[in-house]
Amino acid sequence: MTLQHLPALQVVVPLLAAPLCALLRRPTLAWAWATLVSWAALVIAALILTQVLTTGPISYWIGNWQPPWGIEYRIDTISAFMLVLVTGIGAVVMPYARVSLAAELPADRLPWYYTMYLLCLAGLLGMTVTGDAFNVFVFMEIASLSSYVLIAMGPSRRALMAAYQYLILGTIGATFYIIGVGFLYLMTGTLNIADLAERLPLVENQRPIIVGLAFIAVGLSLKFALFPLHFWLPGAYAYAPSAAAAFMAATATKVAVYLLLRFFFTVFGEAYPLPDMAIPVIWIGLSVAGMILASVMAIYQDDVKRMLALSSVAQIGYITLGIGLDSEVGLTGSVVHLFNHGITKGALFLLVGGIALTTGTVTIASLSGIARRMPLTMAGIVIAGMSLIGIPGTAGFVSKWYLILGAIEEGWWWLAAVIVASSLLAVVYMGRILEAAYLRPAPPGQEAREMPLSMLIPAWILVIGCVWFGLDTDLTADIAGRAAHALLGRAP
Amino acid sequence: MTASLILPPALALFLGAAILTIARGWLRSAVMLLAPLAALGLVWMVPDASWGVGGYLGYDLVLVRGDRLSRWFGTIFAIMAFAGGLFALNQENRLETAAAQAYAGGALGVVFAGDVLSLFAFWEVMALASTAVIWSAGPEARPAGLRYLVMHLFGGVLLMTGLAGEVQATGSVAFTAMVPDTPARWLILAGFLINAGAPPLSAWLPDAYPKASYTGMVMLSAFTTKTAVFVLLRGFPGAEVLIWVGLFMVFYGIVYALLADDMRRILSFSIINQVGVMLTGIGVGTTLALDGAASHAFASVLYTALMLMAAGAVIRGTGRARLSELGGLFRSMPITTACGLIGVMTISGLPLTVGFVTKAMIGSAAAKENLALVWYLMIPAAAGVALYAGCRFSWFVFFQRDSGLRPPDPPWNMRLAMVFVAALCLLLGMVPDLLYAHLPYASIYNPYDGAHVVSQMQIVVFAALAFVLMIGVLRPSATITLDTDWLYRRFGLTVWRLTSQAIWTVWYLTSLATWTLTVQALTELRLAVREGFLSERHGSSTMAIFAVGMLVFYLAVLLIF
Repeated sequence: MTLQHLPALQVVVPLLAAPLCALLRRPTLAWAWATLVSWAALVIAALILTQVLTTGPISYWIGNWQPPWGIEYRIDTISAFMLVLVTGIGAVVMPYARVSLAAELPADRLPWYYTMYLLCLAGLLGMTVTGDAFNVFVFMEIASLSSYVLIAMGPSRRALMAAYQYLILGTIGATFYIIGVGFLYLMTGTLNIADLAERLPLVENQRPIIVGLAFIAVGLSLKFALFPLHFWLPGAYAYAPSAAAAFMAATATKVAVYLLLRFFFTVFGEAYPLPDMAIPVIWIGLSVAGMILASVMAIYQDDVKRMLALSSVAQIGYITLGIGLDSEVGLTGSVVHLFNHGITKGALFLLVGGIALTTGTVTIASLSGIARRMPLTMAGIVIAGMSLIGIPGTAGFVSKWYLILGAIEEGWWWLAAVIVASSLLAVVYMGRILEAAYLRPAPPGQEAREMPLSMLIPAWILVIGCVWFGLDTDLTADIAGRAAHALLGRAP
Repeated sequence: MTASLILPPALALFLGAAILTIARGWLRSAVMLLAPLAALGLVWMVPDASWGVGGYLGYDLVLVRGDRLSRWFGTIFAIMAFAGGLFALNQENRLETAAAQAYAGGALGVVFAGDVLSLFAFWEVMALASTAVIWSAGPEARPAGLRYLVMHLFGGVLLMTGLAGEVQATGSVAFTAMVPDTPARWLILAGFLINAGAPPLSAWLPDAYPKASYTGMVMLSAFTTKTAVFVLLRGFPGAEVLIWVGLFMVFYGIVYALLADDMRRILSFSIINQVGVMLTGIGVGTTLALDGAASHAFASVLYTALMLMAAGAVIRGTGRARLSELGGLFRSMPITTACGLIGVMTISGLPLTVGFVTKAMIGSAAAKENLALVWYLMIPAAAGVALYAGCRFSWFVFFQRDSGLRPPDPPWNMRLAMVFVAALCLLLGMVPDLLYAHLPYASIYNPYDGAHVVSQMQIVVFAALAFVLMIGVLRPSATITLDTDWLYRRFGLTVWRLTSQAIWTVWYLTSLATWTLTVQALTELRLAVREGFLSERHGSSTMAIFAVGMLVFYLAVLLIF
């Protein structure tokens, strides 16, 4: 039965497709192949999600070796949800990528780009499906190394420096992670995540476990750029090719957050409840600092991609805030924001990439009066921007609503006010873009044209998603609620 | 009537706004007039029932809740959208006309929203669309528009936080009458009051409205403050605090209006004054008082718009807005003068105008409730209105000395809009039963009893006398009056600059620190590898730097607790 092997196929298909892609030396062929694989991956992810929602978590034994000796792929609600997000973004970005990349990269590099993209996809999917802590590290390295290359391919020379910084800090993050896993292995003798969760309570000497937790938390924080470890992110997203920036902004940091949820709640949740270790206090503090500071910084950026990247740092603050709240409502907000922010920021990066196609770097000044030339692109930015701000009726509102409820549930009015107030900062930086595009006169000789349909349609699919998932919350909020329920250790 | 027939009236205007963003020529004119009329038709078709969609975040949304109160406000808003559209037919700025129609749609959405989530959504649509209306006036309006937007979004923050708390506490999203007794409800009340132009944050109104275009301000005057009155009627009837807030606004509006020089600034303060009267009525809370507040809102939309249309015609013709630079315009603008005078008579509450039949209800309600203080304060308030609006505006703009300006009356559509609203003011004043039959709280009131007519005439006569005696003092001069907005325009800006500088510094330092520490850690690491990574001597020092602050921090916190 092929259906049985879906979890393995999810990873193996893009992983094996990557070297094949390298062999296809023609850019169009490589693109068509990568697109096909991305769509196949989405189909597989959708099948897995349906299966998980109807029959419960899937456990798949690689090579039929019984866990904890063999490697187990374990997919529950939240990981299936993440699979759909990652593959969905990949499937939408790929049709967009052809024209956008052809304008940004020399033709001989294009097949390499698609190869690296497929490796990155395989790595991210692997991190999500695997139930083995060391296997996570392997896939994390696959995803990270390929994403360093993707960023370094960016059109500006500064992309190299950005990729280098990301490489340094990303490697430290991965190292921290593996050191943390080492500590856990030392104390429990197992790497299987479910098995770890069972054995942790039996360990008598707690200190190495806690040290391991600290390493894993800091390592993963580096990976998803939690303030103040965000330093690598703005440069990386600003200088990467537009398609890569959109893909990674929507997926890479989100998968790292997913891993953190895994460790905090599935592995440590029972034996070491978060509040006992003051983690909520740290996380809420850092999240709030990130939400406010990064948003304020975004206001001062003139490079629009950099502005969006800094806004991502702020939005990650929302996600980690829900983790810090350590309640079902807060966690639902986190999980749903993983998804909602993924499509929102993905849409924005795709649309801004379309503007970059004609103007080169996208600065606030270069946007002057562009709404007249690119009405559909700017309309998309308005809608996705409203979702970023969290206007009711958009996806962004749903997540913020849960986070606010979570804060009020704890009786923290100030926190609820901070959440709403930091959306106001998003109004200001999105407002700068819109003000320039709609209200300023176009400079003479401006030659911007609407981007080609092959780019516009994928971008608008995500824009429509921002509204769709803001109105119809069955898919996102319900699944996120179930995932949060399961993570907190209650029966799914 | 089946529920499936209910269409949200706001829909007509939102569709119209969408078409207006691209339409030109006759199609544009047709949409500007027909969409509000369609909305008016839909308002009257809404039955006493609720219609909505379930299952949004597990709550049932009620997009249309029909009752007398919502139809009352829906009617005046649709009429106003029509009159404002007619007045703005030759406004060439497409953004402004589209935004204005979306803004009116947001107001209708709020009026019919039966749950707090959709109410908030429409509330924000209004804030954004009205900012777009202000910004359409040109570059000079940008800073004021930004201040306006920030203030309304701040109100939105208070409202959202409060609404979330209320939903958390009650588990229901229904929008019902509340008593301000929990922090959440106080936040909701504060959010509503910011839109009403209540102190201490009332300065956005006279700051931003006069910067809008002459067609834009007509629309602005009608919706934001009156929807605030509506939600207060619906949400906080009888909240005593509103009496005092309202009375403060009444006198604040009068004093500043007497000092102002710009026509539209005067009318802005008049809006605050009028809304103050309505809030007082809501605070008194009897059915008569609530009906008074609702009908006062109805009338106030009409005459404020009428006077603003007259002012707009003057600005269009002369390019001037200051009383000190105008005068004698009745010679060349007879229709504008006549309509402006009808507006003035209405705001002063002369018999046979709609101002007369609505204004007295709140005063009578206060008298019936033995709120003597309120009643005594309302009388001079009414006199003040007559004084500043009735005499000062009309006298210095249309009569007084001859300024030498001979602007013609505005084009036909603007004249028609003014005549239409003026006719409504008179018609409803002469046949008050047209209004009274539909009063939201169904109270019974007869304005035309002898005592009331006489007392109202006395007020106007004394105000006129006072005006003649004090004409020297009231003569406009080019002044700037300091208001509370100074606090956030100067002081607030400084605070913002200092804060953002501090944040820059923190940001720069953390970035620098992360980077330096990383480089240092790598150097240490190389050293450590060369001399044996796991050696006892280097192990601790390497780790300490490697941890880049964060890890040390984590370990410290985790191991201590």
